[in-house]
Amino acid sequence: MAEDTKVKDAPVAGGTKKAGTLNRFDNPWLNWKFLTGAGILGFLFFLIFLGYQLWDTNLALSARAPLNLPPLGFTNWRDQEGVPEHPLGTENSGRDMLALWIVGTPRTIFVGVVAATVGMLAGILLGFMAGFLGGLFDDVIRLAVDITITIPSLLVLIVIQAVLGRVDLLTMALLISLFSWATPTRFIRAQVLSMRESGYVQMARLSGVPVRDIMFKEIMPNLLPYLGASYIGNMQGAIISAVGLEVLGFGPQRIPSLGVAIFFSIEAGALFRNMWWWWGIPTVTLSVVFVALLLINLGLDEIANPRLRKAS
Amino acid sequence: MGAFSINYLVRRLLVFFLTLWVAATLIFIIPRLAPGDPISAMVARLSQQAGFVENADKIIEGWKERFGLNDPVYVQYLRFMTGLLGGDLGYSMARFPSTVTELVGRALPWTIGLVGIATFIFFTVGNLCGALLAWNRTPRMVKVLIPMSMIFTSIPPLLAGLLLSYIFAFLLKWFPQTYSYGFGVQPGLTLDFIANVIHHGTLPAMAIVLVTFGYWALGMRGMMVTIEGEDYMILAQAKGLKPFYVLYRYMIRNAILPQMTALAVSIGTLVNGVVLVEVIFNYNGMGTLIVTALREQDFGLIQGTSFILIVTSAFAVLIIDLCYPLIDPRISLEGR
Repeated sequence: MAEDTKVKDAPVAGGTKKAGTLNRFDNPWLNWKFLTGAGILGFLFFLIFLGYQLWDTNLALSARAPLNLPPLGFTNWRDQEGVPEHPLGTENSGRDMLALWIVGTPRTIFVGVVAATVGMLAGILLGFMAGFLGGLFDDVIRLAVDITITIPSLLVLIVIQAVLGRVDLLTMALLISLFSWATPTRFIRAQVLSMRESGYVQMARLSGVPVRDIMFKEIMPNLLPYLGASYIGNMQGAIISAVGLEVLGFGPQRIPSLGVAIFFSIEAGALFRNMWWWWGIPTVTLSVVFVALLLINLGLDEIANPRLRKAS
Repeated sequence: MGAFSINYLVRRLLVFFLTLWVAATLIFIIPRLAPGDPISAMVARLSQQAGFVENADKIIEGWKERFGLNDPVYVQYLRFMTGLLGGDLGYSMARFPSTVTELVGRALPWTIGLVGIATFIFFTVGNLCGALLAWNRTPRMVKVLIPMSMIFTSIPPLLAGLLLSYIFAFLLKWFPQTYSYGFGVQPGLTLDFIANVIHHGTLPAMAIVLVTFGYWALGMRGMMVTIEGEDYMILAQAKGLKPFYVLYRYMIRNAILPQMTALAVSIGTLVNGVVLVEVIFNYNGMGTLIVTALREQDFGLIQGTSFILIVTSAFAVLIIDLCYPLIDPRISLEGR
């Protein structure tokens, strides 16, 4: 019973709103999940920007600070107290944690953005072509996607990196994108397949619109929120891969990113020495980034899918 | 239950064997794409570390001969592939008398156990939570509590592992910090040993479950919401069926199907996560084996471990795909 009234109420409530308020409150982009996630990321970037202006980022290099100092207001196992010169503490090769945070956070996100963008572009191209052209091309793409998704990417990346040794972040991002095209391709292909039979596409076809225009001018705009959600999901995956590789010791070592900081801390047994600031600051930062990305992802999903919106 | 559709079966098996072939080929090619050959690269890296390696040229020549690197590439490839078919992954370079197969054989059961149990928990809990979130008879309290418990969703298991290890192993000392069983315990099918293994495995499994089940809950909720709008739901209610019966037979049974597909797709990601969680907890499975191999520059072991884990993942996907027609009778009829 309760369900029935809910289903009936929703359209009525929307329809009977006063004309002036309807536009403002029914805007799907005013989604609290999306806005919160975007807000968190925005704030993070603001802090990083501030950090670059106000803090000496050279302190992120090794041997620029005393070793193993705790954050301000705490004491370490040698009863040393935190000092204001290094408010977030230092680690065991003399890097200032605050400077490391300022430098490392954008580097980690950079890998995610590059790998996700490359993967997404490939996914859009392959997904649209497979979904629209069909036939042998579709079969091959589907097979390639199935295989790529089945293989745990980290393992192949480990083998590659074991051969190459340590690489710079751009190379790492491009290596990760070798695997980050499959999920978007699969997803976009499915969406295109379901859109292909819809009325407006048929109409466009009958009117003689070229295939390329149908793909990118007719279907693509309708998929934008989905594509956004997929892109964010892809970025999460790419950052997870990057952090994974870095934690295994494959990241750039001179100027560390957050994953590399965690690698150093594990190698030095920071968990056992109660140097929580060393691994904790990168871990918490990354967790915040992931939660923000998830919120954006969920928000975009709700923006794209009115049914989900109604349920929440 | 009808018979498997031949098409479906053939396609799944094709994907399975192609995956194995691609993985084997990648693992064969990758070391050869790098400038120089793997042996020289290894010796070069050794001499970087040690400063100087005596008779480096002779070592390189000897190993090249030993591994047949002077033969044409296709001969090497065929030999590699036939070796794999016979289960021969070569020797571990760092622990010479041990073969890779031996070392992997010791580590693999632990990883499979960890992944299996974690998967069972997050799939059950996640789908249940998702179903409850969408069901209109769920108590209000539960609908508030479930989203709150999902706060960790999307954090990589690795990071969750670090946090859990610090809180529950280091600070509270409720669970051990490393390894899959205590050193004082004799492995065997005793109650003592099993309890010990569970005690050690709780945190690694939790690290995976905690960050994963939310995804399944969200996916399930989405599916349930779609199903709630279907006509047959109204009919079921009109017939006066019991709410629990409707929830299980009409909603969950239908909504679980895409979730199974999603599970097959997510196995790869899952294995990525488990490898790293093992590293955090020094759990003696495949992940830790790979890291040890990396540290010892034991390239043969890295290749072998990666390959076997890929095979295992592909096999898990195959099993899920083959189970799919059991829960969705439509598959066998449509034959897609």
